[in-house]
Amino acid sequence: MTLPGRAASQAALASELSIVNFVRQALAVAEAELHKLWRDPTELFTRSVQPILWLLVFGQVFSRTHAIPTGQLAYLDFLAPGVLAQSILFTSIFFGIAIIWERDLGILQKTLVSPAYRSALVLGKALSAGVRAMAQSTILVAVTMALGIHLRSGLAPLIGLVLAVFVGAALFSTFSLVIACIVKTRERFMGIGQVLTMPLFFASNAIYPIDIMPPWLRIVARLNPLTYLVDALRSLMLQGAASVHGLVFDFAVQGVVLLMLVAVAARLYPTVAV
Amino acid sequence: MQVDEAGLAAHLDATLGPVVPAVSAPRALAITTSRLTRRFGSLTAVDRLDLAIPAGTIFGLLGSNGAGKSTTLKMLTTLLSPSEGTAHVAGCDVLQEAREVRRHIGYVPQMLSADAALTGRENLELSAKLYGIPRSERRERIVDALAFMELVDVGQVLVRKYSGGMIRRLEIAQALLHRPDVVFLDEPTVGLDPNARQAVWGRLRDLRSRTTTTVMLTTHDMEEAEELCQVVGLMHRGRLVVQGSPSALRAGVGSDASMTDVFIHYTGGTVAQEGDSRDVARTRRVASRLG
Repeated sequence: MTLPGRAASQAALASELSIVNFVRQALAVAEAELHKLWRDPTELFTRSVQPILWLLVFGQVFSRTHAIPTGQLAYLDFLAPGVLAQSILFTSIFFGIAIIWERDLGILQKTLVSPAYRSALVLGKALSAGVRAMAQSTILVAVTMALGIHLRSGLAPLIGLVLAVFVGAALFSTFSLVIACIVKTRERFMGIGQVLTMPLFFASNAIYPIDIMPPWLRIVARLNPLTYLVDALRSLMLQGAASVHGLVFDFAVQGVVLLMLVAVAARLYPTVAV
Repeated sequence: MQVDEAGLAAHLDATLGPVVPAVSAPRALAITTSRLTRRFGSLTAVDRLDLAIPAGTIFGLLGSNGAGKSTTLKMLTTLLSPSEGTAHVAGCDVLQEAREVRRHIGYVPQMLSADAALTGRENLELSAKLYGIPRSERRERIVDALAFMELVDVGQVLVRKYSGGMIRRLEIAQALLHRPDVVFLDEPTVGLDPNARQAVWGRLRDLRSRTTTTVMLTTHDMEEAEELCQVVGLMHRGRLVVQGSPSALRAGVGSDASMTDVFIHYTGGTVAQEGDSRDVARTRRVASRLG
């Protein structure tokens, strides 16, 4: 007979092992994705073109019009975190197509036949999206510095910024994964991806404050996770900018949404393979 | 890399575990199914399938497109739930103990499933980590697996530069890395040239002769069934119509019957009406990727 204490410690060891395995599996998936990115980083540069244009063209023009009330912040300063969030959203929202591609190649089926936790497979993909977004954000932050945007300095805001980029990318890439699991084909996915990105972007505080929106749009914006990402990025990036919703609340909302999406994606993931 | 016979034996031992003595003890069943059924709407893809496959056997599941082979494999590998009936793989119920089943099986899908954007070694590392092979053993097992599959020289090369036969051998290496009790191969040599096909067969024969690993493969290739399989089961319209050793099946049809004659005899010689364009597209995609 096993002693109760010993059984408890064995149970504790088993659960610890399963957490270790979970983390190891998620990191293994992320590592494989990062090997690919490391070998072919051209995507990082091509995907940076559009946000840079937003800053250089849209931002410069709207700065001159003074049409959007941004308080003490210059419009270009106000816009920069919004464009960073936009680049995270636009890159992550098409991430799910990789799953459909992997399904067509048989890679997904092979992964699903392994004993790895489904949620670890999903989280691994989200982690790699986070690292990808961080690399892309570095390029964009360098551009904002060149444009003379008043960035905050210091280690704490930098760590916060890295974390916000990471969580935002993980959230929207997992959302994309959920959509891929539902629509299952590339053609449908591309259509839905296009349909989703613009409403998410425009129904947020990325390029104008929520206060100037009509009431119905304000409600949509408050339900939109991108709003909380932009809010966090704005307070972490800019001198003299404070978070409207509170930094803790921004991260809490995104964290909860991310966990919910990982749970849903883990459940739907196996259905793509069939 | 060419490995001599003694070297190969050593690699086999290291890669696949201890050599099994050739004793004729009663063998446990590696795969059993009882009235296993899967329906898609009004279509019954697999209809009350009963199988009992002893450990250490290479079992070939034959049948035309849409006969139910792939659906059977998907249920046995836990990718798809049965509509009715039960199935046990390595002693575990595919529905109730799916995770346990996954620990004990290896799977090579019909499509070329090695990640072409990674090297052979990186593909193996990913598999090793997903299967929880401890760090202390990982490196050695990967080196041995590459040696066994004669891929040592190209371990650091991107898989997109591999030939079709090399990719298949890598995939089999991935499927064997965690020393599974049962390996499922979905049309393992489709689209391969004769040399590459022989190389894959050679590895599977070695596996059969030296371990208790059970292999279940689906194939359209009658020569493959004859050359490799101790037992074949022929599926037609979701049902298992006949089962036995290739020689027994041939004898049952006629004194000089070939496996093709057996196939035609039991499927009625009709051109398959089942299956869909996805089956054809998948096979053509694999064939085109194999060049």
